[in-house]
Amino acid sequence: MTLSDDDFTLFGLTQRFALDRAVLDSSWRALQAQVHPDKFVAEGAAAQRLAMQWAVRVNAGYQRLKDPLQRGAYLCELRGAPIQAENNTAMPVDFLMQQMAWREALDDAAGLADVEALDATVATQQAQLVATLGQTLDTDGDAVAAAQQVRALMFVAKFRDDINRRLEALDA
Amino acid sequence: MALLQLSEPGQTPDPHSRRFAVGIDLGTTHSLVAAVRHGVAECLPDEQGRALLPSVVRYLDGSGRQIGFDARAQQADDPENTVVSVKRLMGRGLADVVGHQRLPYQFVDQPGMVAIQTRQGIKTPVEVSAEILATLRFRAEDTFNAHIYGAVITVPAYFDDAQRQATKDAAQLAGIPVLRLINEPTAAAVAYGLDNGSEGLYAVYDLGGGTFDISLLRLSRGVFEVVATGGDAALGGDDFDQALADWALAQAGRQATSAHDKRAVLVAARAAKEALTGAETTTLACSLAGGALQLPVSRTQFDRLAQPLVDRTLAAVRKVLRDAKLPMTDVQGVVMVGGSTRMPTVQAAVGALFGRPPLVNLNPDEVVAVGAAIQANALAGNARDGELLLLDVIPLSLGLETMGGLVERIIERNTTIPVAKAQDFTTFKDGQTAMALHVLQGERELVADCRSLARFELRGFPPMVAGAARIRVTFQVDADGLLSVSAREQGSGVEAAVVVKPSYGLADEQIANMLKDGFASAERDMAVRSLREARVEAERMTLATRAALAADGDLLDAAENTSIEALLADLTSIADADNHAAIDAAVKRLADGTEGFAAMRMNRGIQAALTGRSLNDI
Repeated sequence: MTLSDDDFTLFGLTQRFALDRAVLDSSWRALQAQVHPDKFVAEGAAAQRLAMQWAVRVNAGYQRLKDPLQRGAYLCELRGAPIQAENNTAMPVDFLMQQMAWREALDDAAGLADVEALDATVATQQAQLVATLGQTLDTDGDAVAAAQQVRALMFVAKFRDDINRRLEALDA
Repeated sequence: MALLQLSEPGQTPDPHSRRFAVGIDLGTTHSLVAAVRHGVAECLPDEQGRALLPSVVRYLDGSGRQIGFDARAQQADDPENTVVSVKRLMGRGLADVVGHQRLPYQFVDQPGMVAIQTRQGIKTPVEVSAEILATLRFRAEDTFNAHIYGAVITVPAYFDDAQRQATKDAAQLAGIPVLRLINEPTAAAVAYGLDNGSEGLYAVYDLGGGTFDISLLRLSRGVFEVVATGGDAALGGDDFDQALADWALAQAGRQATSAHDKRAVLVAARAAKEALTGAETTTLACSLAGGALQLPVSRTQFDRLAQPLVDRTLAAVRKVLRDAKLPMTDVQGVVMVGGSTRMPTVQAAVGALFGRPPLVNLNPDEVVAVGAAIQANALAGNARDGELLLLDVIPLSLGLETMGGLVERIIERNTTIPVAKAQDFTTFKDGQTAMALHVLQGERELVADCRSLARFELRGFPPMVAGAARIRVTFQVDADGLLSVSAREQGSGVEAAVVVKPSYGLADEQIANMLKDGFASAERDMAVRSLREARVEAERMTLATRAALAADGDLLDAAENTSIEALLADLTSIADADNHAAIDAAVKRLADGTEGFAAMRMNRGIQAALTGRSLNDI
């Protein structure tokens, strides 16, 4: 086991998109129980530094694996199809049309109920996109197509952030 | 005749039993110290049997101070020199302190942290807090008749970097080694979790004197994971007192202008609020400059005044659930913490929101200190290995200023710590050889709306065309939630780093100066203290190394083993001498010499963790 092993190896998981969250969580806790700096409180600066490095590494892997979007992007990268979102913004027309429709709906939303309803619609769509991504990666094994789906999901995630900001403003 | 030492079956009188560590709840209105005694965590009372220490410090004529009940009794008579609720000022500038115009102090708005002009000169919130901490430290040391090994100190989950750093500085000033800062709701869950064996998702609703925190925690098998935190660092029981006081003055057509009157009406409001917890009606009474004020108050009237404040807490609860993307129905229980949760209107509102009555079976004033004591005991190595692990998150996002006064977030809030994250930035102008970095904390997009934590510069990288330089900025947050930032130009290797503390924390030399200036805890002279700390560290390191050798000594070959034994012997022979620098050096040699061993042990632990898990899967 080294700091540079990939996340799946570190957590003892098969390298695939489908993931049992309970297994990931318990693996994460078991790893932190071994490497957390609190376990080395009495052992001087060197051990603390080492424990810190490991704990940071384990937390970074955990953050990446538990989020479907980040996990998908990571798998694409491991399989030679990096996302490169900043250089690759071409999206299908119908996807872009739907994005515009959603943004207009958010602008027009009158109150909390409207925004929450929109959020539910977008969440459903997001869940479908995640399911498709899982199939593309695990069944079809097509990393290039998966990278395109990840980019679409990034748009959706960003839009949900905007919805959440709006919800916070309404609930303040 | 010498007395025989007897120990309970299964317990040996080893050096561990002398290493006692305490948990400290440094609260807005009250502070407490707790410790594990005979296997049970309990608050340590003062000589009169009182566990609570009012967080009040009064500066007397000359150099004396009153701390606690004596100080609180005098607050109406000497408000300008009697500092209450100092926690609200920790790590804050004057502009940050909501409602400071109503407070009776002569504020000094110095850069960084606000201070108070007293008859003993200017006092910073760090110094005032240190007086409280030192009082608790002496209480603990008198109880055990020994020096404390260290303390776990609790802070509101919502405390930002500056406030955490200020708390650590206060502990240092009070001569207390800080084992960890932990979030108050986490501490409460530690107390509840271990006492009740709870598992699952819990909400901790903590309404104290001056702060409100809401945290979601997942408890399982001794692990306390903070899923999300939120709250309001400037909302607490004091605000309920203030609302009632303002209402009473308005009802009576009176005004409180002098410091004495302001304090007197607040004290009366507080007494009325507390009376209404048990009674349906009470009388708010105090004497003001223009004559006595007497006003009947019913609970219904009080509840109406409290409503907007309670609603603010409920909005924060909904927000934290939204952030965590969890429905209200996942919450299996609500833990109530803080004296203000005794108010019936608060308990009713929280029960209605979650659709279940909140848990109130532990004393809400003591539960945080008790949890901190349990964690302190574990960190001091007194608990059995693997019993307790706290996994915490950062409460607020951390980022950097970019062009146009915008904030680029580097680490999102609610990320589990410790964490490190790097992001690349580039230059804006041709030939640029330096870059200014502005570190910020908060959720808003504009720099002006976030809290500035630090500024530093990366200088002296070679000139390039705009956009060609690659400057990697790394944010690292340690297990206490404290941030350090470093920047490196990738092509040339030019580096700069900052431990985020200068804008609000105290520099080490400032702390040294305060100690020299006759601070309460400085009665034990500095040299003695350094020697004691060096010896404690030597003992700690020796015990830890011995334990490591006993557990994993088989990882070492004969030569490695001999070399570590030699370092241990070296340290033992030096530890009794009166030279703290020599002890420190020997401790460092042992730490350096066991680094490789530590790495081997960590690898073995990780392998064991994976093996254990795979077995469970089968």
